[in-house]
Amino acid sequence: MSIVEIENLRKIYAGGFEALKGITLGIEEGEILALLGPNGAGKTTLISTICGITMPGEGTIRVGGHDVVRDFRDARRMIGLVPQEIYLEPFTRVFDTVRFSRGLFGKPKDDAYIEKILRQLSLWDKRESRTQELSGGMKRRVLIAKALAHEPRVLFLDEPTAGVDVELRKDMWDVVAELKSSGVTIILTTHYIEEAEAIADRVGVINGGELLLVEDKDVLMARFGQKELHIEITEPLSEMPAALADRGLRLSEDGRMLSYTFVSTGERTGITALLNDIAQAGLVMCDLRTEESSLEEIFVSLVKEGVV
Amino acid sequence: MNWKAIWAIYASEMTRFFRTLAQSFLSPVLSTSLYFVVFGAAIGSRIDQVDGVSYAAFIVPGLVMLSVITQSITNGAFGIYFPKFVGTIYELLSAPVNFLEVVVGFVGAAATKALFIGVVILATSTFFVDLTVQHPLAMVAFLVLTCLSFALLGFIIGIWAENFEQLQLVPLLIVTPLVFLGGSFYSISMLPPFWQTVTLFNPVVYLISGFRWAFFGVADVPVGFSLLAITGFACICLAAVWWIFRTGWRIRN
Repeated sequence: MSIVEIENLRKIYAGGFEALKGITLGIEEGEILALLGPNGAGKTTLISTICGITMPGEGTIRVGGHDVVRDFRDARRMIGLVPQEIYLEPFTRVFDTVRFSRGLFGKPKDDAYIEKILRQLSLWDKRESRTQELSGGMKRRVLIAKALAHEPRVLFLDEPTAGVDVELRKDMWDVVAELKSSGVTIILTTHYIEEAEAIADRVGVINGGELLLVEDKDVLMARFGQKELHIEITEPLSEMPAALADRGLRLSEDGRMLSYTFVSTGERTGITALLNDIAQAGLVMCDLRTEESSLEEIFVSLVKEGVV
Repeated sequence: MNWKAIWAIYASEMTRFFRTLAQSFLSPVLSTSLYFVVFGAAIGSRIDQVDGVSYAAFIVPGLVMLSVITQSITNGAFGIYFPKFVGTIYELLSAPVNFLEVVVGFVGAAATKALFIGVVILATSTFFVDLTVQHPLAMVAFLVLTCLSFALLGFIIGIWAENFEQLQLVPLLIVTPLVFLGGSFYSISMLPPFWQTVTLFNPVVYLISGFRWAFFGVADVPVGFSLLAITGFACICLAAVWWIFRTGWRIRN
Protein backbone atom coordinates (compact mmCIF):
# COMPACT_ATOMS: atom_id res chain seq x y z
CA MET A 1 0.00 0.00 0.00
CA SER A 2 1.27 3.47 -0.89
CA ILE A 3 1.86 5.82 2.04
CA VAL A 4 0.00 8.59 0.17
CA GLU A 5 -2.91 7.60 -2.07
CA ILE A 6 -4.66 10.23 -4.14
CA GLU A 7 -7.69 9.23 -6.19
CA ASN A 8 -9.36 11.38 -8.79
CA LEU A 9 -8.69 14.62 -6.92
CA ARG A 10 -10.41 17.70 -8.29
CA LYS A 11 -10.27 21.24 -6.99
CA ILE A 12 -12.23 24.16 -8.35
CA TYR A 13 -11.62 27.54 -6.71
CA ALA A 14 -14.48 29.91 -5.90
CA GLY A 15 -13.80 31.93 -9.07
CA GLY A 16 -14.41 28.83 -11.20
CA PHE A 17 -10.73 28.10 -11.90
CA GLU A 18 -10.12 24.35 -12.02
CA ALA A 19 -6.73 23.97 -10.33
CA LEU A 20 -6.68 20.16 -10.19
CA LYS A 21 -8.39 18.07 -12.85
CA GLY A 22 -8.76 14.58 -11.46
CA ILE A 23 -5.32 13.63 -10.13
CA THR A 24 -4.60 10.01 -9.20
CA LEU A 25 -1.22 9.29 -7.66
CA GLY A 26 0.37 6.83 -5.25
CA ILE A 27 3.51 7.75 -3.31
CA GLU A 28 5.61 4.92 -1.92
CA GLU A 29 7.12 4.93 1.55
CA GLY A 30 10.74 6.04 1.69
CA GLU A 31 10.92 7.51 -1.80
CA ILE A 32 11.63 11.05 -2.96
CA LEU A 33 9.03 12.15 -5.46
CA ALA A 34 9.59 15.38 -7.34
CA LEU A 35 6.56 17.11 -8.78
CA LEU A 36 7.82 19.03 -11.75
CA GLY A 37 5.83 21.76 -13.43
CA PRO A 38 5.80 25.43 -14.38
CA ASN A 39 4.28 28.19 -12.24
CA GLY A 40 0.53 27.80 -11.91
CA ALA A 41 0.61 24.10 -12.81
CA GLY A 42 -1.24 23.07 -9.65
CA LYS A 43 1.73 21.83 -7.61
CA THR A 44 1.07 24.01 -4.56
CA THR A 45 -2.68 23.38 -4.72
CA LEU A 46 -2.03 19.63 -4.71
CA ILE A 47 0.27 19.85 -1.69
CA SER A 48 -2.02 22.30 0.13
CA THR A 49 -4.99 20.01 -0.37
CA ILE A 50 -3.17 16.98 1.00
CA CYS A 51 -1.97 18.97 4.02
CA GLY A 52 -5.34 20.52 4.89
CA ILE A 53 -4.69 24.14 3.92
CA THR A 54 -7.02 24.00 0.93
CA MET A 55 -10.35 22.22 1.05
CA PRO A 56 -10.50 19.29 -1.36
CA GLY A 57 -13.23 19.29 -4.01
CA GLU A 58 -13.98 15.81 -5.33
CA GLY A 59 -11.88 12.71 -4.82
CA THR A 60 -10.10 11.15 -1.86
CA ILE A 61 -6.69 11.50 -0.27
CA ARG A 62 -5.34 8.99 2.23
CA VAL A 63 -2.10 9.30 4.15
CA GLY A 64 -0.98 6.11 5.88
CA GLY A 65 -4.48 4.78 5.20
CA HIS A 66 -6.16 7.73 6.94
CA ASP A 67 -8.59 9.91 4.99
CA VAL A 68 -7.34 13.51 5.21
CA VAL A 69 -10.85 14.88 5.77
CA ARG A 70 -12.68 12.29 7.88
CA ASP A 71 -9.65 11.13 9.81
CA PHE A 72 -7.72 14.40 9.66
CA ARG A 73 -5.97 14.08 13.01
CA ASP A 74 -4.24 10.77 12.25
CA ALA A 75 -3.50 11.83 8.67
CA ARG A 76 -1.98 15.18 9.63
CA ARG A 77 0.13 13.71 12.43
CA MET A 78 2.04 11.85 9.73
CA ILE A 79 2.63 14.92 7.58
CA GLY A 80 5.19 17.70 7.77
CA LEU A 81 4.89 20.71 5.48
CA VAL A 82 7.53 23.19 4.42
CA PRO A 83 5.76 26.02 2.59
CA GLN A 84 7.08 27.78 -0.47
CA GLU A 85 7.19 31.23 1.13
CA ILE A 86 9.16 31.86 4.31
CA TYR A 87 6.44 32.17 6.92
CA LEU A 88 7.95 32.76 10.36
CA GLU A 89 7.03 34.98 13.28
CA PRO A 90 9.85 37.53 13.24
CA PHE A 91 10.37 37.94 16.99
CA THR A 92 10.24 34.28 18.00
CA ARG A 93 13.43 32.43 18.83
CA VAL A 94 14.45 29.42 16.72
CA PHE A 95 14.22 26.86 19.52
CA ASP A 96 10.87 28.20 20.73
CA THR A 97 9.24 28.15 17.33
CA VAL A 98 10.34 24.55 16.68
CA ARG A 99 9.12 23.51 20.11
CA PHE A 100 5.80 25.24 19.40
CA SER A 101 5.38 23.17 16.22
CA ARG A 102 5.95 19.95 18.13
CA GLY A 103 3.33 20.89 20.72
CA LEU A 104 0.85 21.98 18.06
CA PHE A 105 0.96 18.48 16.59
CA GLY A 106 0.19 17.01 20.00
CA LYS A 107 3.62 15.54 20.72
CA PRO A 108 5.02 15.55 24.26
CA LYS A 109 7.86 17.95 24.98
CA ASP A 110 11.20 16.49 23.91
CA ASP A 111 13.97 19.09 23.85
CA ALA A 112 16.59 16.43 23.13
CA TYR A 113 14.82 15.57 19.86
CA ILE A 114 14.58 19.24 18.91
CA GLU A 115 18.30 19.59 19.62
CA LYS A 116 18.94 16.64 17.29
CA ILE A 117 16.97 18.24 14.45
CA LEU A 118 18.58 21.63 14.93
CA ARG A 119 22.04 20.04 14.89
CA GLN A 120 21.16 18.02 11.80
CA LEU A 121 20.12 21.23 10.03
CA SER A 122 23.16 23.19 11.33
CA LEU A 123 20.89 25.48 13.33
CA TRP A 124 21.98 24.61 16.84
CA ASP A 125 24.25 27.65 17.13
CA LYS A 126 21.31 29.84 16.15
CA ARG A 127 18.80 28.34 18.59
CA GLU A 128 18.56 31.52 20.65
CA SER A 129 18.39 33.86 17.63
CA ARG A 130 15.17 35.52 16.65
CA THR A 131 14.03 34.30 13.25
CA GLN A 132 14.19 37.82 11.79
CA GLU A 133 17.95 37.84 12.43
CA LEU A 134 18.59 34.82 10.18
CA SER A 135 19.61 34.68 6.52
CA GLY A 136 17.16 33.40 3.90
CA GLY A 137 18.79 29.96 3.78
CA MET A 138 18.70 29.65 7.56
CA LYS A 139 15.04 30.66 7.67
CA ARG A 140 14.22 27.91 5.21
CA ARG A 141 16.05 25.44 7.44
CA VAL A 142 13.99 26.65 10.40
CA LEU A 143 10.85 25.88 8.39
CA ILE A 144 12.20 22.37 7.76
CA ALA A 145 12.99 21.96 11.46
CA LYS A 146 9.44 23.03 12.32
CA ALA A 147 8.02 20.56 9.82
CA LEU A 148 10.15 17.75 11.30
CA ALA A 149 9.47 18.65 14.93
CA HIS A 150 6.60 16.17 15.29
CA GLU A 151 8.50 13.29 13.64
CA PRO A 152 6.39 13.04 10.47
CA ARG A 153 6.67 10.09 8.10
CA VAL A 154 5.88 12.16 5.03
CA LEU A 155 7.49 15.52 4.36
CA PHE A 156 6.21 17.95 1.74
CA LEU A 157 8.68 20.54 0.49
CA ASP A 158 7.02 23.16 -1.67
CA GLU A 159 9.69 24.65 -3.94
CA PRO A 160 12.46 24.35 -1.35
CA THR A 161 15.01 26.05 -3.56
CA ALA A 162 12.92 28.77 -5.24
CA GLY A 163 14.93 31.98 -5.20
CA VAL A 164 17.88 30.29 -3.50
CA ASP A 165 21.40 30.68 -4.87
CA VAL A 166 23.32 27.74 -6.34
CA GLU A 167 25.37 26.99 -3.24
CA LEU A 168 22.35 26.97 -0.96
CA ARG A 169 20.47 24.83 -3.44
CA LYS A 170 23.16 22.14 -3.26
CA ASP A 171 23.08 22.50 0.49
CA MET A 172 19.33 21.91 0.49
CA TRP A 173 19.76 18.82 -1.69
CA ASP A 174 22.17 17.41 0.89
CA VAL A 175 19.61 18.06 3.62
CA VAL A 176 16.94 16.25 1.60
CA ALA A 177 19.25 13.28 0.98
CA GLU A 178 19.99 13.06 4.68
CA LEU A 179 16.28 13.17 5.53
CA LYS A 180 15.62 10.38 3.11
CA SER A 181 18.29 8.24 4.74
CA SER A 182 16.48 8.71 8.04
CA GLY A 183 13.44 7.03 6.48
CA VAL A 184 11.20 10.02 5.72
CA THR A 185 9.15 9.95 2.52
CA ILE A 186 9.69 13.23 0.69
CA ILE A 187 7.52 14.95 -1.87
CA LEU A 188 8.95 18.13 -3.30
CA THR A 189 7.76 20.48 -5.98
CA THR A 190 10.11 22.25 -8.29
CA HIS A 191 10.29 23.83 -11.68
CA TYR A 192 13.94 22.98 -12.12
CA ILE A 193 14.61 19.81 -14.11
CA GLU A 194 18.12 19.55 -12.68
CA GLU A 195 16.71 19.58 -9.17
CA ALA A 196 14.43 16.64 -9.91
CA GLU A 197 17.38 14.94 -11.56
CA ALA A 198 19.71 15.54 -8.61
CA ILE A 199 17.55 14.24 -5.78
CA ALA A 200 14.38 12.44 -6.86
CA ASP A 201 13.71 8.72 -7.19
CA ARG A 202 10.57 9.33 -9.21
CA VAL A 203 9.35 12.38 -11.07
CA GLY A 204 5.77 13.44 -11.66
CA VAL A 205 5.13 16.02 -14.34
CA ILE A 206 2.19 18.30 -13.67
CA ASN A 207 0.78 21.01 -15.90
CA GLY A 208 -2.57 22.76 -16.14
CA GLY A 209 -3.88 20.85 -13.13
CA GLU A 210 -3.20 17.47 -14.73
CA LEU A 211 -0.59 14.89 -13.88
CA LEU A 212 0.94 14.22 -17.28
CA LEU A 213 3.05 11.29 -16.13
CA VAL A 214 4.92 9.74 -13.22
CA GLU A 215 8.10 7.87 -14.06
CA ASP A 216 11.29 6.64 -12.48
CA LYS A 217 13.77 9.46 -12.75
CA ASP A 218 16.22 7.50 -14.90
CA VAL A 219 13.57 6.68 -17.49
CA LEU A 220 12.34 10.22 -17.60
CA MET A 221 15.76 11.83 -17.75
CA ALA A 222 16.69 9.68 -20.71
CA ARG A 223 13.68 11.15 -22.44
CA PHE A 224 14.12 14.69 -21.21
CA GLY A 225 17.88 14.72 -21.15
CA GLN A 226 18.44 15.62 -24.78
CA LYS A 227 20.89 18.42 -25.18
CA GLU A 228 22.30 20.36 -28.10
CA LEU A 229 26.02 21.06 -28.36
CA HIS A 230 26.85 24.10 -30.50
CA ILE A 231 30.42 24.37 -31.74
CA GLU A 232 31.52 27.66 -33.28
CA ILE A 233 34.43 27.51 -35.69
CA THR A 234 36.76 30.30 -36.77
CA GLU A 235 36.65 29.74 -40.57
CA PRO A 236 33.22 29.29 -42.18
CA LEU A 237 32.61 26.01 -44.05
CA SER A 238 30.80 25.68 -47.32
CA GLU A 239 30.02 22.02 -46.71
CA MET A 240 30.49 19.37 -44.04
CA PRO A 241 34.01 17.81 -44.21
CA ALA A 242 33.92 14.16 -45.33
CA ALA A 243 35.62 12.99 -42.09
CA LEU A 244 32.66 14.31 -40.10
CA ALA A 245 29.89 13.28 -42.50
CA ASP A 246 28.64 10.31 -40.47
CA ARG A 247 28.85 12.11 -37.09
CA GLY A 248 25.23 13.33 -37.07
CA LEU A 249 26.35 16.94 -37.13
CA ARG A 250 24.35 19.80 -38.61
CA LEU A 251 25.98 22.79 -40.27
CA SER A 252 24.45 26.23 -39.87
CA GLU A 253 23.60 28.32 -42.96
CA ASP A 254 26.49 30.74 -42.44
CA GLY A 255 28.84 27.75 -42.09
CA ARG A 256 30.20 28.90 -38.72
CA MET A 257 28.30 26.60 -36.40
CA LEU A 258 28.18 22.82 -35.99
CA SER A 259 25.35 21.39 -33.88
CA TYR A 260 25.17 17.98 -32.23
CA THR A 261 22.31 16.37 -30.29
CA PHE A 262 23.12 14.02 -27.40
CA VAL A 263 21.62 12.53 -24.24
CA SER A 264 23.27 14.13 -21.22
CA THR A 265 22.29 11.37 -18.80
CA GLY A 266 23.84 8.65 -20.96
CA GLU A 267 27.23 7.26 -19.93
CA ARG A 268 28.64 7.82 -23.41
CA THR A 269 27.66 11.07 -25.01
CA GLY A 270 30.19 10.79 -27.84
CA ILE A 271 31.39 14.32 -27.24
CA THR A 272 35.05 13.49 -26.59
CA ALA A 273 35.41 11.50 -29.81
CA LEU A 274 33.51 14.15 -31.73
CA LEU A 275 35.76 16.97 -30.55
CA ASN A 276 38.83 14.88 -31.42
CA ASP A 277 37.49 14.27 -34.91
CA ILE A 278 36.73 17.97 -35.42
CA ALA A 279 40.28 18.88 -34.38
CA GLN A 280 41.74 16.19 -36.65
CA ALA A 281 39.68 17.51 -39.55
CA GLY A 282 41.69 20.71 -39.14
CA LEU A 283 38.83 22.87 -37.87
CA VAL A 284 39.62 25.47 -35.22
CA MET A 285 36.97 25.83 -32.55
CA CYS A 286 36.42 29.23 -30.92
CA ASP A 287 33.38 28.61 -28.74
CA LEU A 288 31.32 25.77 -27.28
CA ARG A 289 27.94 25.90 -25.60
CA THR A 290 25.15 23.49 -24.72
CA GLU A 291 21.41 24.03 -24.64
CA GLU A 292 18.67 21.90 -23.15
CA SER A 293 14.98 21.81 -23.84
CA SER A 294 12.95 24.11 -21.64
CA LEU A 295 10.25 22.69 -19.42
CA GLU A 296 7.62 24.21 -21.67
CA GLU A 297 9.09 22.44 -24.71
CA ILE A 298 9.02 19.19 -22.79
CA PHE A 299 5.37 19.70 -21.89
CA VAL A 300 4.55 20.42 -25.49
CA SER A 301 6.33 17.26 -26.58
CA LEU A 302 4.59 15.24 -23.85
CA VAL A 303 1.19 16.44 -24.95
CA LYS A 304 2.09 15.77 -28.60
CA GLU A 305 3.13 12.25 -27.68
CA GLY A 306 -0.38 11.76 -26.40
CA VAL A 307 0.62 10.92 -22.87
CA VAL A 308 -2.46 12.66 -21.49
CA MET B 1 -9.04 17.01 22.58
CA ASN B 2 -5.49 17.82 21.58
CA TRP B 3 -4.57 19.44 24.91
CA LYS B 4 -0.91 19.75 24.01
CA ALA B 5 -1.84 21.82 20.95
CA ILE B 6 -4.09 24.06 23.02
CA TRP B 7 -1.28 24.57 25.51
CA ALA B 8 1.25 25.25 22.71
CA ILE B 9 -0.98 28.00 21.25
CA TYR B 10 -1.82 29.42 24.68
CA ALA B 11 1.78 29.45 25.90
CA SER B 12 3.09 30.99 22.69
CA GLU B 13 0.47 33.78 22.87
CA MET B 14 1.25 34.44 26.52
CA THR B 15 4.97 34.61 25.73
CA ARG B 16 4.21 37.48 23.36
CA PHE B 17 2.30 39.21 26.16
CA PHE B 18 5.09 38.81 28.69
CA ARG B 19 7.66 39.99 26.16
CA THR B 20 6.03 43.41 26.37
CA LEU B 21 5.02 43.17 30.02
CA ALA B 22 5.99 46.70 31.01
CA GLN B 23 3.93 48.09 28.16
CA SER B 24 1.01 45.75 28.93
CA PHE B 25 1.13 46.70 32.60
CA LEU B 26 1.96 50.40 32.58
CA SER B 27 -0.51 51.54 29.97
CA PRO B 28 -3.71 50.47 31.81
CA VAL B 29 -2.35 51.70 35.16
CA LEU B 30 -1.61 55.10 33.67
CA SER B 31 -4.93 55.47 31.82
CA THR B 32 -6.93 54.34 34.88
CA SER B 33 -5.09 56.80 37.09
CA LEU B 34 -5.92 59.58 34.62
CA TYR B 35 -9.59 58.63 34.62
CA PHE B 36 -9.62 58.76 38.42
CA VAL B 37 -7.91 62.12 38.50
CA VAL B 38 -10.25 63.64 35.91
CA PHE B 39 -13.57 61.90 36.57
CA GLY B 40 -13.10 60.85 40.16
CA ALA B 41 -11.31 63.79 41.77
CA ALA B 42 -11.91 66.82 39.51
CA ILE B 43 -15.45 66.19 38.22
CA GLY B 44 -16.57 63.58 40.75
CA SER B 45 -16.16 65.94 43.68
CA ARG B 46 -18.99 68.07 42.20
CA ILE B 47 -21.32 65.12 41.66
CA ASP B 48 -23.55 63.73 44.39
CA GLN B 49 -23.57 60.10 45.22
CA VAL B 50 -25.07 57.83 42.61
CA ASP B 51 -27.37 55.11 43.95
CA GLY B 52 -25.84 55.68 47.39
CA VAL B 53 -22.27 55.19 46.14
CA SER B 54 -19.59 57.89 45.81
CA TYR B 55 -19.08 58.85 42.16
CA ALA B 56 -15.39 57.90 42.20
CA ALA B 57 -16.29 54.39 43.38
CA PHE B 58 -19.33 54.22 41.08
CA ILE B 59 -17.17 54.51 37.94
CA VAL B 60 -14.75 51.71 38.95
CA PRO B 61 -16.79 48.81 37.47
CA GLY B 62 -17.38 50.81 34.28
CA LEU B 63 -13.69 51.63 33.97
CA VAL B 64 -12.71 48.01 34.46
CA MET B 65 -15.28 46.90 31.86
CA LEU B 66 -14.14 49.59 29.42
CA SER B 67 -10.54 48.32 29.53
CA VAL B 68 -11.41 44.64 29.73
CA ILE B 69 -13.74 44.78 26.72
CA THR B 70 -11.27 46.78 24.65
CA GLN B 71 -8.32 44.57 25.64
CA SER B 72 -10.24 41.33 25.02
CA ILE B 73 -11.21 42.42 21.54
CA THR B 74 -7.78 43.81 20.66
CA ASN B 75 -5.87 40.77 21.92
CA GLY B 76 -8.36 38.31 20.45
CA ALA B 77 -8.24 40.02 17.07
CA PHE B 78 -4.47 40.48 16.95
CA GLY B 79 -3.76 36.92 18.13
CA ILE B 80 -5.30 35.32 15.04
CA TYR B 81 -4.70 38.21 12.63
CA PHE B 82 -0.93 38.14 13.14
CA PRO B 83 -0.47 34.52 11.89
CA LYS B 84 -2.65 35.46 8.92
CA PHE B 85 -0.54 38.55 8.30
CA VAL B 86 2.88 36.84 8.51
CA GLY B 87 1.61 33.63 6.88
CA THR B 88 2.24 31.26 9.79
CA ILE B 89 -1.46 30.33 9.77
CA TYR B 90 -0.47 27.52 7.38
CA GLU B 91 0.84 25.65 10.39
CA LEU B 92 -2.47 25.89 12.27
CA LEU B 93 -4.40 24.76 9.21
CA SER B 94 -2.16 21.74 8.60
CA ALA B 95 -1.97 20.68 12.26
CA PRO B 96 -4.13 17.91 13.77
CA VAL B 97 -6.32 20.40 15.61
CA ASN B 98 -10.00 21.24 15.28
CA PHE B 99 -11.63 24.66 15.49
CA LEU B 100 -12.42 24.35 19.17
CA GLU B 101 -8.80 23.71 20.11
CA VAL B 102 -7.55 26.67 18.08
CA VAL B 103 -10.23 28.89 19.62
CA VAL B 104 -9.57 27.72 23.18
CA GLY B 105 -5.84 28.42 22.73
CA PHE B 106 -6.14 31.88 21.19
CA VAL B 107 -9.25 33.10 22.98
CA GLY B 108 -8.07 31.67 26.30
CA ALA B 109 -4.82 33.63 25.98
CA ALA B 110 -6.57 36.84 24.91
CA ALA B 111 -9.05 36.51 27.80
CA THR B 112 -6.21 35.85 30.27
CA LYS B 113 -4.41 38.99 29.16
CA ALA B 114 -7.61 41.06 29.49
CA LEU B 115 -8.33 39.52 32.87
CA PHE B 116 -4.82 40.37 34.03
CA ILE B 117 -5.30 43.97 32.96
CA GLY B 118 -8.75 44.08 34.62
CA VAL B 119 -7.21 42.94 37.90
CA VAL B 120 -4.42 45.52 37.55
CA ILE B 121 -7.00 48.28 37.06
CA LEU B 122 -9.01 47.09 40.05
CA ALA B 123 -5.86 47.07 42.16
CA THR B 124 -4.95 50.56 40.92
CA SER B 125 -8.41 51.88 41.78
CA THR B 126 -7.96 50.89 45.42
CA PHE B 127 -5.33 53.65 45.65
CA PHE B 128 -8.03 56.21 44.82
CA VAL B 129 -11.25 54.88 46.38
CA ASP B 130 -12.42 52.57 49.15
CA LEU B 131 -13.83 49.59 47.37
CA THR B 132 -15.96 46.82 48.77
CA VAL B 133 -17.25 43.93 46.73
CA GLN B 134 -20.61 42.64 47.91
CA HIS B 135 -20.77 39.61 45.59
CA PRO B 136 -17.19 38.53 44.84
CA LEU B 137 -18.16 35.33 43.05
CA ALA B 138 -20.54 37.16 40.73
CA MET B 139 -17.86 39.77 40.09
CA VAL B 140 -15.35 37.11 39.04
CA ALA B 141 -18.00 35.36 36.91
CA PHE B 142 -18.93 38.59 35.09
CA LEU B 143 -15.29 39.49 34.57
CA VAL B 144 -14.34 36.07 33.20
CA LEU B 145 -17.43 35.81 30.97
CA THR B 146 -16.84 39.29 29.58
CA CYS B 147 -13.17 38.54 28.88
CA LEU B 148 -14.06 35.28 27.13
CA SER B 149 -16.99 36.50 25.06
CA PHE B 150 -15.30 39.68 23.85
CA ALA B 151 -12.08 37.79 23.12
CA LEU B 152 -14.27 35.55 20.93
CA LEU B 153 -15.67 38.63 19.19
CA GLY B 154 -12.09 39.84 18.73
CA PHE B 155 -11.14 36.46 17.24
CA ILE B 156 -13.94 36.83 14.67
CA ILE B 157 -12.77 40.36 13.84
CA GLY B 158 -9.21 39.07 13.46
CA ILE B 159 -10.34 36.47 10.94
CA TRP B 160 -12.54 38.94 9.09
CA ALA B 161 -9.92 41.71 8.91
CA GLU B 162 -7.83 41.88 5.78
CA ASN B 163 -5.59 44.73 6.93
CA PHE B 164 -4.59 46.60 10.07
CA GLU B 165 -7.15 49.37 9.42
CA GLN B 166 -10.02 46.90 9.47
CA LEU B 167 -8.56 45.39 12.63
CA GLN B 168 -9.07 48.76 14.36
CA LEU B 169 -12.39 49.57 12.72
CA VAL B 170 -14.84 47.57 14.83
CA PRO B 171 -13.29 48.38 18.23
CA LEU B 172 -13.06 52.06 17.34
CA LEU B 173 -16.38 52.66 15.60
CA ILE B 174 -18.69 50.25 17.37
CA VAL B 175 -17.29 48.97 20.64
CA THR B 176 -15.93 52.20 22.14
CA PRO B 177 -19.22 54.11 21.61
CA LEU B 178 -21.22 51.18 22.96
CA VAL B 179 -19.07 50.99 26.06
CA PHE B 180 -19.06 54.74 26.66
CA LEU B 181 -22.84 54.92 26.18
CA GLY B 182 -23.36 51.75 28.19
CA GLY B 183 -23.32 53.44 31.56
CA SER B 184 -19.60 53.30 32.33
CA PHE B 185 -19.66 56.76 33.86
CA TYR B 186 -23.33 57.20 34.75
CA SER B 187 -26.43 55.33 35.81
CA ILE B 188 -28.91 55.04 32.96
CA SER B 189 -31.57 56.28 35.38
CA MET B 190 -29.92 59.71 34.93
CA LEU B 191 -31.03 59.76 31.28
CA PRO B 192 -34.39 61.11 29.98
CA PRO B 193 -36.98 58.28 29.62
CA PHE B 194 -36.67 58.08 25.83
CA TRP B 195 -32.90 57.57 25.94
CA GLN B 196 -33.27 55.09 28.75
CA THR B 197 -35.36 52.93 26.39
CA VAL B 198 -32.84 53.34 23.54
CA THR B 199 -30.00 52.43 25.88
CA LEU B 200 -31.65 49.13 26.73
CA PHE B 201 -30.79 47.97 23.18
CA ASN B 202 -27.11 48.41 23.99
CA PRO B 203 -25.82 45.02 25.17
CA VAL B 204 -22.96 46.59 27.11
CA VAL B 205 -25.49 48.19 29.48
CA TYR B 206 -26.35 44.73 30.80
CA LEU B 207 -22.70 43.87 31.38
CA ILE B 208 -21.78 47.02 33.21
CA SER B 209 -24.99 46.94 35.23
CA GLY B 210 -24.41 43.34 36.29
CA PHE B 211 -20.78 44.00 37.10
CA ARG B 212 -21.69 47.07 39.15
CA TRP B 213 -24.32 45.03 41.01
CA ALA B 214 -21.57 42.60 42.05
CA PHE B 215 -19.75 45.52 43.68
CA PHE B 216 -22.51 47.67 45.21
CA GLY B 217 -25.68 45.57 45.06
CA VAL B 218 -27.43 48.15 42.87
CA ALA B 219 -28.19 47.67 39.16
CA ASP B 220 -29.91 49.43 36.26
CA VAL B 221 -31.35 46.15 34.96
CA PRO B 222 -32.10 42.90 36.84
CA VAL B 223 -28.90 40.90 37.31
CA GLY B 224 -30.47 37.77 35.78
CA PHE B 225 -30.87 39.69 32.50
CA SER B 226 -27.24 40.69 32.66
CA LEU B 227 -26.10 37.11 33.07
CA LEU B 228 -28.40 35.96 30.28
CA ALA B 229 -27.15 38.70 27.97
CA ILE B 230 -23.47 37.91 28.40
CA THR B 231 -24.02 34.13 28.11
CA GLY B 232 -26.16 34.63 25.01
CA PHE B 233 -23.52 36.88 23.47
CA ALA B 234 -20.80 34.28 24.13
CA CYS B 235 -22.96 31.58 22.49
CA ILE B 236 -23.58 33.72 19.38
CA CYS B 237 -19.84 34.37 19.03
CA LEU B 238 -19.03 30.69 19.49
CA ALA B 239 -21.57 29.73 16.82
CA ALA B 240 -20.04 32.29 14.45
CA VAL B 241 -16.53 30.89 15.04
CA TRP B 242 -17.80 27.34 14.51
CA TRP B 243 -19.33 28.42 11.17
CA ILE B 244 -16.08 30.16 10.15
CA PHE B 245 -14.02 27.02 10.67
CA ARG B 246 -16.64 24.79 9.10
CA THR B 247 -16.73 26.82 5.91
CA GLY B 248 -13.12 27.99 5.98
CA TRP B 249 -14.31 31.60 5.52
CA ARG B 250 -11.33 33.91 5.08
CA ILE B 251 -8.87 31.25 6.29
CA ARG B 252 -8.97 28.33 3.85
CA ASN B 253 -9.09 28.59 0.09
